[in-house]
Amino acid sequence: MMENSRRSFLKIAGYSILGVSAGSMLIGMTPKLTGASSKTALPEYIKRPEAKTATRWGMVIDTRKIDHEMNEKLQEACHEIHNVPDHIAKFDNKNHEIKWIWATEFKHAFPSDQDDQFMVDRLAHVEIPVLCNHCDNPPCVQACPTKATFKRESDGIVLMDFHRCIGCRFCMAACPYGARSFNFRDPRPAIEKIDMAFPTRMKGVVEKCNFCAERLAKGKEPACVEASEGALVFGDLNDPESEIRKLLAEQFAIRRKPNLGTFPSVFYIV
Amino acid sequence: MLEKALKGNKSYWMWLGGLTVLIAVGFIFYLRQLEFGLGITGMNRDVTWGFYIAQFTFLVGVAASAVMLVLPYYLHDYKAFGKITVLGEFLAVSAVLMCMLFIVVDLGQPMRLLNVIIYPTPYSMLFWDMIVLNGYLLLNIVIGWNVLDAERNGVPYEKWLKPLIYLSIPWAVSIHTVTAFLYSGLPGRGYWLTAVLAPRFLASAFAGGPAFLILLALLLRKFTSFDAGKKPIQTLAKIVTYAAIANLFFFLCEVFVAFYSQIPEHMDHLKYLFVGLHGHGVLVPWMWTSMFLIVTAIVLLIIPAARQNENVLAVACAFIFIGIWIDKGLGMISGGFVPNPLHEVNEYVPSGPEILITLGVYATGFLVLTILYKVVVGVKEETGESRR
Amino acid sequence: MKDKGKIVAGLIIFFMFVTFPFWYNHGAASTAPEVVLTPKAKAAKTCIADKEFMRTEHMQILDEWRDTVVRDGQRVYVNEHGKEYVASLSDTCMDCHSNKAEFCDRCHNYASVTPYCWDCHTYPEEKK
Repeated sequence: MMENSRRSFLKIAGYSILGVSAGSMLIGMTPKLTGASSKTALPEYIKRPEAKTATRWGMVIDTRKIDHEMNEKLQEACHEIHNVPDHIAKFDNKNHEIKWIWATEFKHAFPSDQDDQFMVDRLAHVEIPVLCNHCDNPPCVQACPTKATFKRESDGIVLMDFHRCIGCRFCMAACPYGARSFNFRDPRPAIEKIDMAFPTRMKGVVEKCNFCAERLAKGKEPACVEASEGALVFGDLNDPESEIRKLLAEQFAIRRKPNLGTFPSVFYIV
Repeated sequence: MLEKALKGNKSYWMWLGGLTVLIAVGFIFYLRQLEFGLGITGMNRDVTWGFYIAQFTFLVGVAASAVMLVLPYYLHDYKAFGKITVLGEFLAVSAVLMCMLFIVVDLGQPMRLLNVIIYPTPYSMLFWDMIVLNGYLLLNIVIGWNVLDAERNGVPYEKWLKPLIYLSIPWAVSIHTVTAFLYSGLPGRGYWLTAVLAPRFLASAFAGGPAFLILLALLLRKFTSFDAGKKPIQTLAKIVTYAAIANLFFFLCEVFVAFYSQIPEHMDHLKYLFVGLHGHGVLVPWMWTSMFLIVTAIVLLIIPAARQNENVLAVACAFIFIGIWIDKGLGMISGGFVPNPLHEVNEYVPSGPEILITLGVYATGFLVLTILYKVVVGVKEETGESRR
Repeated sequence: MKDKGKIVAGLIIFFMFVTFPFWYNHGAASTAPEVVLTPKAKAAKTCIADKEFMRTEHMQILDEWRDTVVRDGQRVYVNEHGKEYVASLSDTCMDCHSNKAEFCDRCHNYASVTPYCWDCHTYPEEKK
């Protein structure tokens, strides 16, 4: 007998909680009054007039113009202005390494689609800079359960929304290029010098190259492109008159793992 | 019916007490993980899913295995399973609960976990995983509890349960298929990019889950008044046998494809697991142990005299369970991530805190399982169905 | 009811828990926080919207900003009076209100709110 009244008490309690939550949700969804005194127009958002625009940003890396120092400059330019932590330098910890752009041997940049047996001398010893390819058909975007990783429809850049990322690392499993890093701990102790013009990230989110979207918005080129003295060319892949398209029309260039159907936006002249 | 779990003998309370201690320890280390970050685990930039997700993958299989009881009993009227179907359903509840806890524990920003609901993303497999796991949990709680309750009151269960029971059958298959799809749809991971991954998952689930259920039934017979009887255990053993053979066959198919085609990218992951790659081979002894356990168990299970001896059966079931746990829990995840997409080798070994948090989650699941099974035992005693 | 004693005792404990914030802080009411405007903020006369609106809605504005800036790439906010501002917590808000400890933190501490914005977004007083 006690069980039945306990059960009905629990049922009533459960329904009340549901009712109160549903009610408060509905109240919360009613449109708010803005409360501004002299309204003239609704606020809106625009781009800066000097912002660079494109429908599909792309990059060509001319490996013939790259050497070891250049690779270091590229990484430094990028990592410094984006507050990328250096866990190896600070804590001697390779496990928690974060890198947006880095250089690696040819056989690691192009593991299965180009064979490196009897490789031409020039490429056998050079290091190739690798970064996020900002694919046109990105598997990481397909994997993300919250759209925290998304492809911007306006310009094709694959961006991270650090406010939304839940840190599940599914995108890292999905990326066929190993381009993403995870903040296993608070990055700030491992940042040599914080660049105040750009936020850091917090622990528990994934990060990667963002094609310097914040610089493009101010009309500047990506930091690595600027530091590359012409070895990296950046532009709109959808504009047949752009420098990058003209370069691709003249020179044979390859992409990483083309058989996977990701359509990377980063090309390599080898 | 919960009041059945509030009365028990000394060993019952000591067992629950021990589990609570494990939960408390795991929880404290989880607080540390929340404060420091996932860096306290052994995961690295290349192996970004480790012990937690491995346990999740394995336990989804255990949860799905409830269908091996539900299908014969409810769909095909296999009366011998009548007594123990509820054991399978409650095991599924406990396993799915552990799955969800492992996912939460693995998140870098768990406080944002509702983002998966606020921003639904139907093309992401994780979204569907969340839906099917929660649905399965709900189904099994509702079905198991209500059927048990009806049994206790000596009446047939209510009619609205029947469509739910039928639904739970394809749903069980779906939870493990969706989990397999998490892995098998990723273009950059050759070890997982295989059509046979979902069938392999299901086969290993239907071997490992019922094997664990057999062990649980034998434990219940030893420590409580609940005796499942010989026949259901033997039928379950046959299910384990055939599922284990199917699992091994699928694995050998993978080995053939990789090594007969001689494609380096396909061979590399299996090489890393079984002989080591570029001097790294921390998992090699584990994988061979797993193979030995699984093959030995299959041999024991095939021989009718061995299978019918319940002591030998218990050993075989333990072997299968542990062997599959190693294969799915350690081998599959690390094997997929090593070598990384750039063909570099960075190994992964779980850290101490990671293992303790894992044990805490397991203890939570076992706590729920113990309480639910205590209710079952209590009800069966009340209805006089315990001893056959 | 043979459990009457336990139920009454339980109810008393429950009410003590539920009313804890009230009687624990009794008599220790602190005064409302006073925020300090920097000279630059005073000179600007108004924020991106008027004071009352900002006080209640700045969280919503920042939430909107973070989506339009990151996801839509629209980085300039045009308020109702047509004035343009760069939609950035660190570059715009903190440019005027560079005294976080005396401005932002005063109300946040009083309301016991810890926004996690500062985990990532830099502010002028940070020493590195």
